[in-house]
Amino acid sequence: MTELSIVQALNRGLRCAMESDPKVLLMGEDIGKLGGVFRVTEGLQKDFGEDRVIDAPLAESGIVGTAIGLALYGYRPVIEIQFDGFVYPAFDQIIVQLARMRYRSAGVLQLPITIRMPFGGGIGSVEHHGESPEAYFASTPGLRVVTCANPVDAYWMIQQAIASDDPVIFLEPKRRYWQKGEVDLSETLTSVPSMYQAKVLVEGSDCTIICYGPTVATSLHAAALAAQDGVSLEVIDLRTLSPLDLVTMEKSVKKTGRAVVVHEASSSGGIGGEVGQCLTESCFYYLQAPVLRVTGYDTPYPPSRIEDVYLPDVDRILDAVEKSMSY
Amino acid sequence: MESLEATVQLLSSMGELVDDPQFHSTLDGAALLALYRDMVLVRQLDQQATALQRQGELGLWAPLLGQEAAQIGSARAMQAQDYVFSTYREHGVAWCRGVDPVDMLRFWRGTAHQAWDANLHRFYGYQVIIGAHVLHATGYAMGMSKDGRTGTGDLEKDQAVVAYFGDGAMSEGDVNEAFVFATSFQSPVVFFCQNNQWAISEPTRRQSVVPLAQRAQGFGMPGIRVDGNDVIACHAVTMAALDRARAGKGPTLIEAFTYRMGAHTTSDDPTKYRDSADDELWRSRDPIDRLRIYLRAQEILNEKVESELASEAAYLAERMRVSCRELADPNPLTMFDHVYSGPDARLERQRLEVEAILADQETKVN
Repeated sequence: MTELSIVQALNRGLRCAMESDPKVLLMGEDIGKLGGVFRVTEGLQKDFGEDRVIDAPLAESGIVGTAIGLALYGYRPVIEIQFDGFVYPAFDQIIVQLARMRYRSAGVLQLPITIRMPFGGGIGSVEHHGESPEAYFASTPGLRVVTCANPVDAYWMIQQAIASDDPVIFLEPKRRYWQKGEVDLSETLTSVPSMYQAKVLVEGSDCTIICYGPTVATSLHAAALAAQDGVSLEVIDLRTLSPLDLVTMEKSVKKTGRAVVVHEASSSGGIGGEVGQCLTESCFYYLQAPVLRVTGYDTPYPPSRIEDVYLPDVDRILDAVEKSMSY
Repeated sequence: MESLEATVQLLSSMGELVDDPQFHSTLDGAALLALYRDMVLVRQLDQQATALQRQGELGLWAPLLGQEAAQIGSARAMQAQDYVFSTYREHGVAWCRGVDPVDMLRFWRGTAHQAWDANLHRFYGYQVIIGAHVLHATGYAMGMSKDGRTGTGDLEKDQAVVAYFGDGAMSEGDVNEAFVFATSFQSPVVFFCQNNQWAISEPTRRQSVVPLAQRAQGFGMPGIRVDGNDVIACHAVTMAALDRARAGKGPTLIEAFTYRMGAHTTSDDPTKYRDSADDELWRSRDPIDRLRIYLRAQEILNEKVESELASEAAYLAERMRVSCRELADPNPLTMFDHVYSGPDARLERQRLEVEAILADQETKVN
């Protein structure tokens, strides 16, 4: 076992992917000499050269668009978008071009591109540095959307994403970047669970907490506190937002009869609504209460001094559990 | 290192006046002294803000160190009726537009996204998304043209827009599209690009293989490269470009060739990617030193004035320190304000929910 932070695990995972496939290349703003603003790519340009770790001009649409061309040629590009809030200039290339190329070419053209992106708030930064844009991507057919919440998943899922022949939006919970954990590097890419599976992190019987990315740590904390009060929470880390792992969720909710979805993104049109609807359709007779949501509010991300009120916290999760239990 | 050839310069780094065949300064001693005062105070503002970030009072700060001449020279060429669109580094321009430095800090402290009345100052605010505002600037200028606010022949009243951005932004689609619109519609906008040579860790060479000002030709507008550390030249070329815009002759691209003496932001560590020898070279080209040398030689500036200015700068720093610490966190309920023009049922429900949470927390504390 090796102790790694999420940043270090991603860095190791990227390194493995580059070593095992010479067509893997990295491209992004400041990812070369600097190693990225969060240092995820630190040392990779030194070891793999400027041909494979490319500092791109400041043009997000250009980065995604040229990655599409590189992929059409035969490369397997891994792109870094520096911050969630900077991805929008690339929207046409992602939503209209990247997501649809396989479909519109009847499977002739494929784009095995991974777009890495730090997401979520909680780091006290200025505007456009705390966005949660996952629902835009998850609602776009043709894209896969996954997110890691701990170093183990960071290490394996980034490699699985790169190996995927579908375009993958890979969301990294920026306020958890420095969270550490033990990673077993001796496993293999095929022996670890698929990135399209959710994970039950804590088993429980009273209510299921469904979370992902930055809210996983918060939910685990809530489950520990609830346990002290005799309430048994099951915590599911979704890991994959598109596709959603309904099998794992249904199994849990059929057992507990209750679910609370937790995410930082606004509730309207969000992942929570999709999860809730899926569970309503598949577990209607098992549900003891409506699926509840604990999310960011339906406002733009607020100034950082009040972001703690905006972000789901332990108290809001426990209040929702209490509400669910009271039905 | 790029050369300074074909760069407009009116004051050398040695503090001596230089002739230029095209551009001439109209500034008298008092006006030069005023520019000097601006630059000294803005540097103090910048240093104090950087210190406040180090002390944990600000979440972040983007230093302008080294870019005082580019910002002050260009901003003082504007008139009250002009309108400015800028990035997050234009504290010197904000200063010239009458924005209170304490209001600048509110953005970086995280108490507000926009801390001043954009229309009152005719200064739109800090834009964080690289290049996005350059289109806004162009559209604003198109509006001025449509309403006959420019091109009337009265240079005292005719309006124009100045769009500030950096060398990195020159790669963004938005900026290039702005050039297309502005030249196509001959809009009264001055594109003021501060080429500080570094887009965080990437040298300008990654954005362009030709001097940035040369790009202008392909779009069909004049491109001027100016010594960005020469406040007199920056003032002169911006005046000329603004006059041209006001006269209805369309946009100009100015590339102010300068150097980012500090980090990209307080989160950045330039020692990881650039050579400190460049820092040394550019210290010798300091924008404030060269004007001081000239003003002292001309006896426009003396010990007494310098000492008064130092006191003024110290007072500014003290006011920023005290006021910054007094900046209260906003009421969290304000996060629900201004999402839409009117009430929204969904937001109202959420606001009530937060109100209840806050009241509950209050009860627990007491």
